[in-house]
Amino acid sequence: MNTMTLFKARARNLNDDAGGSSPKCAPAWRAPFITLAMGLAACLLLPDQLGLLTRLFVIGLLVLSLDLVVGIAGLATLGHAAMFGVGAYAAGIFALRVMPDPLVGLAVGVLAGGLLAGLSGAFLLRYQGFTFLMLTVAVAQMVLALAHKARDWTGGDDGLSGYIMGPLFGYFEFDFVGKLAAFYSLGVLVVFFYVARRLVDSPFGLSVRGIHENRARMAALGAPVYRRLLTMYAIAGAFAGAAGALSAQTTAVVGLDSLSFSLSAEVLVMLILGGVGRLSGALMGAAVFLVLHHTASSINPYHWLFVVGGLLMLVVLAPPARCLAQLRARLGMTR
Amino acid sequence: MNTLSNILIDGLAYGMVLFVIAVGLSVTLGLMRFVNLSHGAFAMVGGYCAALLTRELQWSFWVAVPLALLATGLLGAVLEALVLRHLYQRKELDQVLFTIGLTFVLIAATNALVGPQVQMIQLPPSLTGSIDLGFRTMPAQRLLVIGVGLAVALGAALTVTRTRFGIWLRAAVDHAGTASSLGIPIRVVQCVTFAAGAAMAGLGGVLGAEVMPLEPYYALKYLVLVLVVVAVGGMGSIAGSLCAAIVLGLIETASKYLASDWGSLFFFAAMAVFLAWRPNGILKR
Repeated sequence: MNTMTLFKARARNLNDDAGGSSPKCAPAWRAPFITLAMGLAACLLLPDQLGLLTRLFVIGLLVLSLDLVVGIAGLATLGHAAMFGVGAYAAGIFALRVMPDPLVGLAVGVLAGGLLAGLSGAFLLRYQGFTFLMLTVAVAQMVLALAHKARDWTGGDDGLSGYIMGPLFGYFEFDFVGKLAAFYSLGVLVVFFYVARRLVDSPFGLSVRGIHENRARMAALGAPVYRRLLTMYAIAGAFAGAAGALSAQTTAVVGLDSLSFSLSAEVLVMLILGGVGRLSGALMGAAVFLVLHHTASSINPYHWLFVVGGLLMLVVLAPPARCLAQLRARLGMTR
Repeated sequence: MNTLSNILIDGLAYGMVLFVIAVGLSVTLGLMRFVNLSHGAFAMVGGYCAALLTRELQWSFWVAVPLALLATGLLGAVLEALVLRHLYQRKELDQVLFTIGLTFVLIAATNALVGPQVQMIQLPPSLTGSIDLGFRTMPAQRLLVIGVGLAVALGAALTVTRTRFGIWLRAAVDHAGTASSLGIPIRVVQCVTFAAGAAMAGLGGVLGAEVMPLEPYYALKYLVLVLVVVAVGGMGSIAGSLCAAIVLGLIETASKYLASDWGSLFFFAAMAVFLAWRPNGILKR
């Protein structure tokens, strides 16, 4: 089924090229640009909700990075919070002990996330399916236990705090309302979204998607399966590290919950909710889940799980991707 | 020496609790290919039923527990018959999403109905004391847990390998279409298997209430442990689950006694080692 649709899509592209008309594929900058416009509009229209919006951008980036692993590479993981948390702790410790510049801190977070993903991926990617899933849980839980043990560095249960971020580009100060924090995290999200889009549509991304569709066939074609997947896993880890660093910088505190299993599970839920493998679905899932969580828990802090749980069950019984696809087909849109 | 035997007894009891909860998940995951993340919620429902029956209604422990198991099994059967069976053919991610949602709803429901405080199950006097085994005394509750765990393992293994129902189950798993055309009532088999797994989880929730306190977030908190046992034991393997549960239970208890500030590091490190060594299950090559 999948190969057939792929084949048809390719055939259509070929026809288009032959006909000399412009390709029907949307340019890589379009979705990030729409995200930027919508994010800016939301920030300007809802100045009371900047905290929620900042969290949305940060978690959106995390879900986006998870989509690179789950949706593009086809590796179901429940340990993605490990990279997020390590990026957050790295950025926090860097700000506390070395220098408070946000962009350098972001780079440190990216590096830490990518490094952990690269190292753990070298071991994890020897396994597949359920074994891989459970091993990612094991890695994340071990990182959590280590962070809990290393009190001198991470603050243990009390969390890491007490650092103050320096001005962005050496000029813009982080304000008390969180205006700069929101714009900063939106900017980072949009840049990474663009990079992810380019990455996924690149030859490398296509080959990873091919491995997702049929591992044996890609191996037979001569693609270095293990190396491709490891690269993708490390890149996704770097993205998650960036999200962690953003979270550390915008909230000025890092807790052990940034490494927890429930964060990994929630992020996976958001991704499936928005639709797997389309990148923009990741952002939509994060937005729907977080806004719903926020409203439901502000109406009744105890019973928000009813709403979220009910929504999750409803989504499976009436999948939004299918509804959306039908809607698109009716409107005659592509992509 | 005393510490060592304490670790051994507590670890064995803990492992048995893990096994009793995990065995149902292992069967649904391995034999029916259904990713049921709401399994922890069934354990919670069983524990809560027993706690409410013994404490609020002052029923005897020995009456309340079978009733709690029955209630959990019925809940499992109803859910399976009404909703979950439509998900058997769906993608794994859909199953994950739905069962997590179901878990959230069950957590919220317990929170709304009973409240967020920890529930205690009142044990009968015969279980609160200790029993002299000749060479040393043991808490009666631990002894009961270990005994029940062994009985469940034996019962489940005999049911799957020796009974007509077990043959039906394995046939339905291998090829549902053929099994059904041979006159095996596969819908009944699937439903009963699922309900039995849920009831076993409920039993585990009752037995483990001392080490794993019953509170609304129980369903998610201990889900990871149960999944770990299933993964290390190998999906669908009852003997493997038992083996994995005991080994992991001993490791977790030992690390709690000897190196509590390291948290669950050793538990998960052991799990990673076992999975790396035998990815398909501890007893399978």
